[in-house]
Amino acid sequence: MDTLAPILVGCLFATGVYNILRRSLIRVLIGFGLISHSANLLVFSSGGLRRGEPPVIPKGAVLPPEGFMDPLPQALVLTAIVIGFGLTGFLAALVVAANRKVGSEDADALREAKP
Amino acid sequence: LLWAVFAGFIAAAVAPWLPSRRAHAWMWLVPAVPAGLFAWFASFIPRISGLQALDFRYPWIPGLGIGLDFRLDGLSLVFSLIITGIGALIFLYANRYFGHGTRLGAFHGLMLAFMGSMLGLVLSSNLIALYVFWELTSLFSFFLIGFEREQASARKAAWQALLVTNMGGLCLLAGFLLLSGMGGSLDIGVLAGRGETIRGHALYAPALILVLVGAFTKSAQFPFHFWLPDAMKAPTPVSAYLHSATMVKAGIYLLARLHPALGDTALWQNVLVACGGLTMSASAWLALSQTHLKSLLAYGTIWALGTLVVLLGIGTFHAMEVGVVLLVAHSLYKACLFMVAGILTHQTGEKDAEKLGGLRRDMPATFLAALAGAVSMAGLPPSIGFIAKELLLSVKGNPGPYRFVLLAIALGSAMAMFHIAAMVAFRPFFLARARLPGRVREADPLFLFSPLLLGFLGFFFGLISWPLSRQLLSPAVSVVLGRTEWVELSLWHGFNLALLLSLITLAGGITLFRFRVPIRMGLTAVPFRTLARFGPASVSIALSRGVMAVAAFQTHALQSGYLRAYLAVILSVILVGIGYALRAGGVDLPALAPMSIPWSDAALVLFMLAAALTTVVTASRMLAIAALGLVGFGMVLVFVLSGAPDLAMTQFLVEIATLLLLLLAFYHLPRLRAHSNPVSAAPSAALAVASGACVALVAYVVMGRPPSRWMADFFASRSLEEAHGRNIVNVILVDFRAFDTLGEITVLAVAAIAVTSLLRRTYAGTVANVSLVFRKAVRFIKPLMLVFSFFLLATGHHAPGGGFAGGLMAAAAYILLAMAEGVPQARRALPLHPKSLIGLGLTVSIASGLAGAPLGRPFLAGVWPPAVGLGSPLVFDAGVYLLVAGVTLAILFEFGEA
Repeated sequence: MDTLAPILVGCLFATGVYNILRRSLIRVLIGFGLISHSANLLVFSSGGLRRGEPPVIPKGAVLPPEGFMDPLPQALVLTAIVIGFGLTGFLAALVVAANRKVGSEDADALREAKP
Repeated sequence: LLWAVFAGFIAAAVAPWLPSRRAHAWMWLVPAVPAGLFAWFASFIPRISGLQALDFRYPWIPGLGIGLDFRLDGLSLVFSLIITGIGALIFLYANRYFGHGTRLGAFHGLMLAFMGSMLGLVLSSNLIALYVFWELTSLFSFFLIGFEREQASARKAAWQALLVTNMGGLCLLAGFLLLSGMGGSLDIGVLAGRGETIRGHALYAPALILVLVGAFTKSAQFPFHFWLPDAMKAPTPVSAYLHSATMVKAGIYLLARLHPALGDTALWQNVLVACGGLTMSASAWLALSQTHLKSLLAYGTIWALGTLVVLLGIGTFHAMEVGVVLLVAHSLYKACLFMVAGILTHQTGEKDAEKLGGLRRDMPATFLAALAGAVSMAGLPPSIGFIAKELLLSVKGNPGPYRFVLLAIALGSAMAMFHIAAMVAFRPFFLARARLPGRVREADPLFLFSPLLLGFLGFFFGLISWPLSRQLLSPAVSVVLGRTEWVELSLWHGFNLALLLSLITLAGGITLFRFRVPIRMGLTAVPFRTLARFGPASVSIALSRGVMAVAAFQTHALQSGYLRAYLAVILSVILVGIGYALRAGGVDLPALAPMSIPWSDAALVLFMLAAALTTVVTASRMLAIAALGLVGFGMVLVFVLSGAPDLAMTQFLVEIATLLLLLLAFYHLPRLRAHSNPVSAAPSAALAVASGACVALVAYVVMGRPPSRWMADFFASRSLEEAHGRNIVNVILVDFRAFDTLGEITVLAVAAIAVTSLLRRTYAGTVANVSLVFRKAVRFIKPLMLVFSFFLLATGHHAPGGGFAGGLMAAAAYILLAMAEGVPQARRALPLHPKSLIGLGLTVSIASGLAGAPLGRPFLAGVWPPAVGLGSPLVFDAGVYLLVAGVTLAILFEFGEA
């Protein structure tokens, strides 16, 4: 997995960027989702991406088993996943509100505010 | 003393809330504030006249030497008394000036706040505190000039005044900083003692010029004089207060205050005398072409300020003596005349002096007040204005070459002042009765009280000047000069040159007034108008237009209004930044280690890539959303394979919730349209590939490093021992880094609240046709899921699970119910409203953080009471559980009903 992870991170990011550069606001939202997956994977893999033991201390022991995964990136990513959900909800609400206002999910329809 | 300064601000905060009906007793409380302050300041007169100075120090930012240090000495006392005394009369006057329907409360609030700032300005002995109060006066005067906000001209005048005075304010700050650098202190008293060092310093000239620009803009000196006549768009009480007695004198005050530190050099003398002299002649000249009451008075004010600047420039004892007398005299008569002008306009509706006439029978009391003010302004005996003019005309020790020029200016402008006085006090009351609609009525006594009192005081101090000179003016002059001097005033100096010159100005003034119409015609003739087009006012207008044009151009160039254009710019900048960092940092790429890739990994990555590409190529919205979901489930598998069960669980539940959310949100929207053709998509694709490659490179570099394990080992070795938990990820979340988690759940709460406020419910959700089997199944599954969610929470500290996963699981139970029975049914089944759940969760988490407080432990430190088996981090996790469940349900219910 170590070798493949950079490729996966890069490709998810690239598809995400392409999507957020579209006119459709839903595509922007999907692009946002892809980019957060990419970012989560990047942070997670900084602790090493390999087959490892979960960072849980077994009963009776005082230390986790040899070769346990780094718990810190996991903790960071865990909250990032949940926050990502909150932000997705917020973006979706913005898209729905924009659609109600201008009758379209086309980002260019929002140019009314242009100076 | 701090309270004295802040009394204005406190009263200002209260004033707008007082009921503002005309007859209401509250209104009379407002003038009582400055009146009380006046009495309080007056009680210091005996001590100050003994040449004492009282210091009051309140630390503010002691590390930088900035303090709210106040100093009450002769100079600041004179100004404080003018500010509060005239202030009280003007507040009284304003109560009558404004009719029904005006925002009297707001007016009083702004005026009181202005008064507070002005007091702070004249009392501060710290340069920075003085600067802060200085800018506050500019700010409040902006609101007061633009008080009649419905008028475009008032708004424009307010802007102009703000721009000019703020530009000056910035110069002033720079000058102050230079000054404190040279003198080594921010305290004005200390600086005054180091005048020799400062005057000899290389930076003396730039510092002086910067301070002078600040003072000149505030006091409307040439070439910054133009904002003051325009500021006459303000209501009359504002003009009478700010533009005659107080704010415009701030510049004069500053010059007087800094005179011991900066004054008495050739540069000081030359600049002050030249600018003041120009201001005197320009204002006298311009006043001749005016007929509006308030504009006339404004030019009179500019003249007085110019005279004061000249006197400060000359800097001899005699000049200072004239200065303080003129200062007091001008404050008295100008405020009086402004109020008279306000009464005239209020009663007749006419602003033009030439259109009024013969009013002395209709308005005898107003006439009396006008006469009292005008006699003082015109410099006729026995008023204090006469004393001031006599002294002015006999100023000795003028710097040689200027002497006769100055005398000529003084003579000429004194005639012009006589003309102004006559225009305000003579023209409206005598000559032919003007044709006015309706009968003109005399103003009522309360309206007249303030101008009459001020006019009377002008005479009183003219006749009996010794209390004023001995108790107040002598200490003030001594402060300015930095040595003790005694001021002696008298009306009658005998037959001397000054008296002769007085008679000449009298004759000249009468002549000017007699021939005012032809003079005015001459002045408004073409050549002068072309001249005016190159005046400083037009420079200011051109400058502000230029700034606006540049701003508009730049906004049009940068703000295309296309979302993707902004995003593209941001991404490109990030790309360039990372690229530069990689180059500059000289990152050596780790060598590719040849290793066998398990087929399962390869298959998983390929599957995720295919899903990600699907989102790009598909034209169907539902397919794109589903593909995004597949990528998410791929992530779940990655986490499972890499020893991260907590992440896998959380990602799985979030993925389900996200899919549901997106389907609910966008199911009803129209089909995805192919907005872009391949050509326009090419740049996006290029940018996408470039940024993808860049991120891949970063990931490659990061992963190529030998992983640093010391943090992992740190957490692993302490998790059980110190935090009583076996699941290290959960321990980090709820104990080691609980503050982070608290911040993150707060963000979640904010997001949920934003969603619910963006989507105000439009219609109640309808229950779709759901199969009976599903509905029955949900009845069994829901309690099971809830129990499981509790289990995840309870065991989360030791095994995979925890508040995040548990909360999502609990939410999932109610989402299933909503799918089976409809959102309203699910809402009813929920013991609390989702928003209440969010609030409860946040409260529980924060409360758990306070558990250590009685033991003196820091916020969010874990507390494990012995023999209970339940520590505060577990309570924290319970709060997370409640909040996450609340957030998820709030968002999804909202979309389900929208």
